[in-house]
Amino acid sequence: MLNSGRVCLTFALLIALYGIAVSLYGARRGERNWVDSGRRAVYALAGVLTVAFVILEAAFLRSDFSFALVGSHSSTTTPTFYKATAVWSSQEGSLLLWVWLFAIWSSLVLFATRRRLREIAPYATAILLGFAAFFAALVVFLASPFELADPAPAEGAGLQPLLRHPSMMVHPPMLYSGYTLFAVPFAFAAGALVARRLGTDWIAAMRRFALAAWFFLGFGILIGARWSWSELGWGGYWAWDPVENASLMPWLTGTAFLHSAMIQERRGMLKVWNVSLVLATGVLAVLGTFLVRSGILDSIHAFGASTLGKPFLGFIIVLVIGSVVLVVTRLDALRPEAHFEALLSRESIFLLNNLVLLGLCFVIFWGTFFPLISEAVTGQRASVGPPWFDGYTVPLAIALVFLSGVGPVIAWRRATLRNARRNFRLPLAAAAAAALALMLVPDIRREPPALLMFCAAAFVFAAVAQELWRGTRARRATSGESAPRALASLVRRNRRRYGGYVVHAGVAALFVGVAASSTFQHVRDVRLSPGQTANIGGYDIRYVRATSELSPEKITLGALLELRKDGRRVATLMPNRGYYPSRDPTLGPMARYFDGEATSEVGLDAGLRRDVWTAVEPDIGAMRRMIDGIDRRFPLAAGESATVLLGAIADRYAARPPPASLRLIVSPMVEWIWLGGLIGVAGGLVALWPAPGAARRRASVLRAARLDRELSRA
Amino acid sequence: MEFVLSLIVLAAAVAVIAAPLRRGSHSNPTVAAELASLDAAKEAKYREIRDAELDFRTGKLSAGDYRSLDHALRAEAIELMRRLDAAREAAGGRPRA
Repeated sequence: MLNSGRVCLTFALLIALYGIAVSLYGARRGERNWVDSGRRAVYALAGVLTVAFVILEAAFLRSDFSFALVGSHSSTTTPTFYKATAVWSSQEGSLLLWVWLFAIWSSLVLFATRRRLREIAPYATAILLGFAAFFAALVVFLASPFELADPAPAEGAGLQPLLRHPSMMVHPPMLYSGYTLFAVPFAFAAGALVARRLGTDWIAAMRRFALAAWFFLGFGILIGARWSWSELGWGGYWAWDPVENASLMPWLTGTAFLHSAMIQERRGMLKVWNVSLVLATGVLAVLGTFLVRSGILDSIHAFGASTLGKPFLGFIIVLVIGSVVLVVTRLDALRPEAHFEALLSRESIFLLNNLVLLGLCFVIFWGTFFPLISEAVTGQRASVGPPWFDGYTVPLAIALVFLSGVGPVIAWRRATLRNARRNFRLPLAAAAAAALALMLVPDIRREPPALLMFCAAAFVFAAVAQELWRGTRARRATSGESAPRALASLVRRNRRRYGGYVVHAGVAALFVGVAASSTFQHVRDVRLSPGQTANIGGYDIRYVRATSELSPEKITLGALLELRKDGRRVATLMPNRGYYPSRDPTLGPMARYFDGEATSEVGLDAGLRRDVWTAVEPDIGAMRRMIDGIDRRFPLAAGESATVLLGAIADRYAARPPPASLRLIVSPMVEWIWLGGLIGVAGGLVALWPAPGAARRRASVLRAARLDRELSRA
Repeated sequence: MEFVLSLIVLAAAVAVIAAPLRRGSHSNPTVAAELASLDAAKEAKYREIRDAELDFRTGKLSAGDYRSLDHALRAEAIELMRRLDAAREAAGGRPRA
């Protein structure tokens, strides 16, 4: 099926080029049938790429090693679940996933808007197909997932051990969905600029898709952080790695756009700002993809050096120059239709929130690209680490959380000081109470940034609770419903507003977790033998005994730890390290396991108050004599005999283990990060969920009828 | 087998893409875009009116502020509806009854 895969990719490229041509032709000539044909080219593209993706997925599931990609990223012993995810573990497969998801999302958006935005859609279609053509060209000419392995190997290399985690099924598709969906508002913004149709309709139509992109990207980032915490042996959830940062930047500008778009939708203001934000978000999404694939910056998430850097750079330059030219040449059509009426209004707070978000994005951009900037200026590559990022992002994050509590309690257009005072009373009291209570704790008193973050979060929780309570009370007063029913009705009828408030509460909870876990974390590296105990953060951790396990894929060596507090047993933890065989033929049958790749399985006792995190590093050096001895005596051991010998090593490790190195972490409130993230996801879903068509129409008709009466009186 | 699959994919893609080319093209996207833009602005204005009402009922606006804001928003909505009617009439359609 290799040839069919290649043919599908070539069709995809040709379809994209055809679609660009007919969309532009139809737009210039005003001929609807050509425009429709261009739109349908996107549907056809999605169909053809679906066939290509299914062919590749089937090859992985069947372990068809005539596909070079399958041989280098999977094996017959790889569990079926990971065979399915191995498709996007490679540069080539992940590019195919990118362009496939892009075509699917573009098709859905173009289908949903097929009767709207008729002047903009042809240009947007051409731009979307331009994106698709670029990525299709990459998989056709530079990184084909359908390369032939001749001769086909009898066994594959297997999936990289670090990628064997359930999150592999969700994390990359979520991130790619976010990236690809952010390209859609980019295309429509550029289309609106080309067509000079910069009214309210395009921004109203795109807001939902930008929200979907924001949702997917945010969820993907969250899952990635959770994966890092629960699986990787370094003991953190965010490392300010270039690829992590690259995913955060479009999310931040996308968040800014979601807020400022509301102002344009209502008042026709901030048009230059909004198109610039959308265009920047689209470019940053491609930049994130570029960083993963070019190898220009060191990252554990990157695919390593490749030939894709230059084409990507060229593509990004075209996007940036095109965006700037479009905005500058359309400034006359981007004039605001209204102005800010008051300094104290929700619009002003949104603008302030936008500035903070952009400030965060700029800091992250500068820190991420500092190695390249320093190399260009001084000739030497220097990088900045977490303390540099923390120095700038912490105050900005505190300001952001505080503003996310101010926005909900302040009115649109204009707010009087008297009302503001009344609305701020409860949130400020909550923040003050939190400050007083926390000042009594000496550890917290000594950490002003964490203290400020906790107070800002208390402010947000109180503000959101007050809004929900007042809204419910108002609803009950008019409908006479019970409190739970009134709350449900309130949220259902104002999904965007209250979904957004829930997101704010989730973000505040998330930052409480970040502040607490990063400020008050205890870390200790110890070397223990069975029976010995280490103390950390008020906990005793006893190394009870060594563990070992053998499976067809790996040998696992670990430790059974007993966690105690004040003499009482709290939990049993079993961190371990899995050793996967190297394919290096110069290594002996046993050494190839211990000189290959290894992954850590973390022993974790998680809770809302604190996580106790443990990782073990067995002392393989102390086992080396035995390993080398077996290799010398049985250099040709394979299959069952190798398994028996490996079993002997495993048994020996469990019976007479050398001292093991352990990393122990007690980190408060990490779970708040995941809980806050999930609350944010739930709020995002509420905001994203479409209002029932009938209800929306009824509301519009009722409002129109009321206005009609006024019109007849006017 | 591979050749047949490729042919099927090609035929399906061509069928999907070429379908609109078999019919004529009659539309005025400029008028439609104008109507859509005004319609979106009207919907946004309705939402703004509803939000102002909710702001008032949740204590973020005083009665006086709400009255003047609501009045201004309704006037803006009425203006939008007038423009929408004019655009519909210009497009040869019927204005709202």
